[in-house]
Amino acid sequence: MKVRSSVFASFILIFEGIGIALFLRGFFPVPLKSSVSSKNKLSDLPVEPLTGSSPNSSRLPQPLFKRVVIMLVDALREDFVFGPNGRMYMPYTRHLVERGSSHSFVAKARPPTVTMPRIKALTTGSIPGFIDVVMNLNSPALLEDNLIWQAKTAGKKIVFYGDDTWVRLFPKHFMEHDGTTSFFVSDYTEVDNNVTRHLDSTLKRDDWDILILHYLGLDHIGHISGPHSSLIQPKLMEMDDILKKIHSALISKEAEGSLPYLLVLCGDHGMSETGSHGGSSEPEINTPLVLLSPAFKRKAGMEKPGVVEQVDLPPTLALGLGLPISLNSVGRIIPGVLEETSLRDQLRYLHLNGHQLSCLLKDSIPDYEKEVGFEQFRVAEKAHGSWMKLFLEGNTSEVLSNMGKKVLKQYVEALAAMSSALSKQLGKYDMYSMIAGMVFVFQLLLVLLLAMPEALSSDAAVELPVLSALLSLPFYLLCLLLASVHVLVCTSAESSCYFCSLSWGLVFAAVAFSSAMFCILVSLVTRRLPLGLRIHGKSPLRSIGSEWSLSELDVLLLAGTVGHTLSLAASSFVEEEHQTWYFLLNTLCLAVFQDVCRKYFREQRGSGDEEESILPSKDCHPSPKAEIYSEKWLALATPPFTLLCCRLLRSLNQTGVQWAHLPDMGHWLNSSEHRTVLSLLAAFCLVFVYLLVQRRCSWVSKVALAFGLLGVYSYRAAVGNVLFPWQHSGRTTSKGTVEARFVYVFILGILFTGTKDLLRSQIITSDARLKSRGLWEIYSGLVLLMSLLFRAHNLPVLCCCLLIQTLMAQFIWKKLHYDAAQTTIMHYWFGQAFFYFQGNSNNIATVDISVGFVGLESYVEAPAIFLTALSTYAGPLLWACHLVCFLSSQRDRSPVAVGHGCYCLALLRSVPAAAYIVLVTALRYHLFIWSVFSPKLLYESMHLLLTAGVCLFFNTMEQSHTSSKS
Amino acid sequence: MWDHEIRAMASAHAIIAASVFMATVLPAAAVQGFSVYGTHLLWLYSVSGAVTAVSVAVFWLLGITPPTKKHTVGYKLSRLFRSCLYFFLSCLFFHTVVVLYGAPLIESALETFSLSVLLTSLTTLRCLCVLGPNVQAWIRVFSRHGAMSVWDTGLQITVACTLVGAWIGAFPIPLDWDRPWQVWPVSCSLGATIGFLTGLVAAPAWIHSHRKQLTYKCK
Repeated sequence: MKVRSSVFASFILIFEGIGIALFLRGFFPVPLKSSVSSKNKLSDLPVEPLTGSSPNSSRLPQPLFKRVVIMLVDALREDFVFGPNGRMYMPYTRHLVERGSSHSFVAKARPPTVTMPRIKALTTGSIPGFIDVVMNLNSPALLEDNLIWQAKTAGKKIVFYGDDTWVRLFPKHFMEHDGTTSFFVSDYTEVDNNVTRHLDSTLKRDDWDILILHYLGLDHIGHISGPHSSLIQPKLMEMDDILKKIHSALISKEAEGSLPYLLVLCGDHGMSETGSHGGSSEPEINTPLVLLSPAFKRKAGMEKPGVVEQVDLPPTLALGLGLPISLNSVGRIIPGVLEETSLRDQLRYLHLNGHQLSCLLKDSIPDYEKEVGFEQFRVAEKAHGSWMKLFLEGNTSEVLSNMGKKVLKQYVEALAAMSSALSKQLGKYDMYSMIAGMVFVFQLLLVLLLAMPEALSSDAAVELPVLSALLSLPFYLLCLLLASVHVLVCTSAESSCYFCSLSWGLVFAAVAFSSAMFCILVSLVTRRLPLGLRIHGKSPLRSIGSEWSLSELDVLLLAGTVGHTLSLAASSFVEEEHQTWYFLLNTLCLAVFQDVCRKYFREQRGSGDEEESILPSKDCHPSPKAEIYSEKWLALATPPFTLLCCRLLRSLNQTGVQWAHLPDMGHWLNSSEHRTVLSLLAAFCLVFVYLLVQRRCSWVSKVALAFGLLGVYSYRAAVGNVLFPWQHSGRTTSKGTVEARFVYVFILGILFTGTKDLLRSQIITSDARLKSRGLWEIYSGLVLLMSLLFRAHNLPVLCCCLLIQTLMAQFIWKKLHYDAAQTTIMHYWFGQAFFYFQGNSNNIATVDISVGFVGLESYVEAPAIFLTALSTYAGPLLWACHLVCFLSSQRDRSPVAVGHGCYCLALLRSVPAAAYIVLVTALRYHLFIWSVFSPKLLYESMHLLLTAGVCLFFNTMEQSHTSSKS
Repeated sequence: MWDHEIRAMASAHAIIAASVFMATVLPAAAVQGFSVYGTHLLWLYSVSGAVTAVSVAVFWLLGITPPTKKHTVGYKLSRLFRSCLYFFLSCLFFHTVVVLYGAPLIESALETFSLSVLLTSLTTLRCLCVLGPNVQAWIRVFSRHGAMSVWDTGLQITVACTLVGAWIGAFPIPLDWDRPWQVWPVSCSLGATIGFLTGLVAAPAWIHSHRKQLTYKCK
């Protein structure tokens, strides 16, 4: 089967999109919660089960504790307290663990073992995943139902000292707080002293109910010198002293008759043998949990601490304080804490916890009734009801207490089963789906790479042996093999897996597709093999030209592409990816500059006739010498001018992480005292955009464009970004819906004219000029849309984009005879750099969501998402569209340029995307996986999707080209 | 073929490399608290100064510099003046390029300019020594197949190595390792110096190994 390069490329990109979607589905586990912001209320609590008579009271049992002190020591490892060295490190704590009235446990933290998700887990009881980050896009505050919110709503006074992550997560929740930053890792004394200095005064007072202390010093020591360093012991002794101080203060405050206190010592995560954390190794996930309260039984000696989950603490604390359990909590109450209460209360606590878990189970698992835990809970609830009936009748026999114990046991089992069913859904990577997605993407990428010589050949068509692959024996064998592997994996997998839950038809289609791809791959390899080493590992550019030597520019383009792909493995380079692109773009401009210099200076020195053949424009002008002269200087000036533009744009929006706080032009322009400057700039840019775009449009589009741009300005004035010259300051700002819709009408008009021209050129006249005009009109429609969506201070980006495109096309790409592949790579690089010039970064927070409301009265999902995606990827899209326009205008020089361009674009996009998913899989336990790598993954996949769209557009262009030729 | 010249180049390069080495070691003995990171600018000036002085001396002694047509004092003075002017212009050029690459415009302008002085003394100065203040000759040497002697090839290689070294030196700046050599412009100037030293070694070696293939047009 012979397919054209552009069809081939778009086909590959679309299937890669599907592969990446499968990967993403495996990588990001779906959240459990039904809704993010709903909270559990006291009035929603279930009634105490009672068979027969009317519903019993729905009140909570009496709280167990009056005051709670939570002492959270960052990176406190389990063996620091319970291990053989514990007696040396923390003597007082160890004494309490062994002899005091305490309960001690090893609490298992879930990966990622990083502070922020762990704090969320400790307060919400859920296991946070990346989706949480996406859900509360711009607000760092925790919106989910959580213990702190519940306590505050119940009127408890909370005091907090320590890591300021808490203050950011729970703004306005604390009666008193003092946040310390964990920014200076090398400081491990000051951070803790800043917490401890408040302790004496706070412990003396009586006006608080909950005190939370978060000590960072130990974590910092771990990062500096590891868990075996000499700094560890003094730090732990210090922590031990603090615990002693708190404990004795609490004991001295203890009054007869009132409820007892509770002191909790815990760690948010552990510390690996090298002192870091984030992964899932044993020392990283095992943290100590020590509960101290006079309500507990006194211990007689060291026992082996029981194992609980870290998320078990929040429901325990909630019930202990008489608060409702957070909705999304997957933890179960720690039974040991309840030991000393009455059997009725114990059952009630377990029932409340079980009810909350069963509600969550109902919301998150479709066939929840089949779950063992749910069934057990129903049975236990019934038994509880009948026990209550007997109890209220005043029965006090041995039988009753035995029956109660049995119900208790049933509850505990049910809770364990439900909790594990829920946590299986969460916080785990679905490796099978990820690997399946990766295999798809890599097969496609390899096919794309192997087809390179054919795709970039002069007829730009790829011979795909589809039929022979489908009819071959290996194909069927492979199908069978893969299907059996699938069945094997799915039946043996213990956790839920998305790929397994797909319907059989889909899975079979995937299996058949994958095996067909494999067969095609093998036959392509065997076809290349006779050509031998010459083909293997060669570059896209080498295969185009007949000469095999690479120019400096080619080396740069290749090295840049490969280097950028490799740089994605480092979190800093992902955070600061804009620097990579600016750097590469700068170097590219310098290389182009060198090429231009070489051409004009060398050839001037060379023979005159050589020059004539190179400058064909000469004969159509009356004064060729002057024309050439001015053209030479314009061509020479273009790269430095581009460099200057890039440098200015770069200071327009500071982005990234490390230098994002530096002042930039954008802030300066947006401040209210510079409104006039911004208005002038915006007006100037819009006029400039008009001048640049109109020259290749028909007169209808020219008029529409002019009105449209005027509409853009009035929209900005209506929204209040810029000033209208004759507008009084008294006017209130509106949403500008009318103005925006006015612009939309003109955009649609321009797009319609463009499409009409394109269709006419294709069907009726087959006129190349008409066609390029139609293309340009579609492009100008896009430009108009972007100018509407861009913020006022970003209009220079659009302006410079158009200017650079015009100059480069006029003087560089045409004159220096760069081939389609080189031009495509340059366009791609420019597109990437402009993506960051707009102020984007690889962080979700920089996506401008307000764009989704332009011209809409209220939030409508589909257009909002479409507009946001369009404006976020404005840079890459504009450059890709310009590439289509440019390459199809170059048709007379190289008829297959569009096909080559499309193929190169697909290759340029799929290489980093494919490499990135492997990197992310390898780094899935990295410290920054949720904060740095995952957002980038989303950006990459979105970009791939858009590129697939652009390639389809390419495709139609080439289609019409071939049909018009025939 | 050009054994004599290659040997001369190798020894000249050895002397220049030694001067870079001495410029690093000697101040450390003489000046209190001198270190490559800590007092980076000082190190930078000492290296540029040493390389400038030594290359001018070496190339003058070797007699590579193209013979002047006139021997009047005034002509020589004007050549000297033009060389100084080119040196300064080249500093400005490098400064502009570095700013275009994203160095801050106003703050740390001194650091940026010092880096461009270093780059100039490692690259442009050698051009001045080998080719004289003659822009046409410079353009010839830096275009494809433009080298006319062993010295031209050596010049191409060292200049390219220095610039690539400085270019690569910029890579670690965005990394969040908080090391002393990530401070602007330490990594770039170190990269340039290491690139220069590599070029000094590579140029004679490369010419020696390719001496069969190399052909030069007559001047």
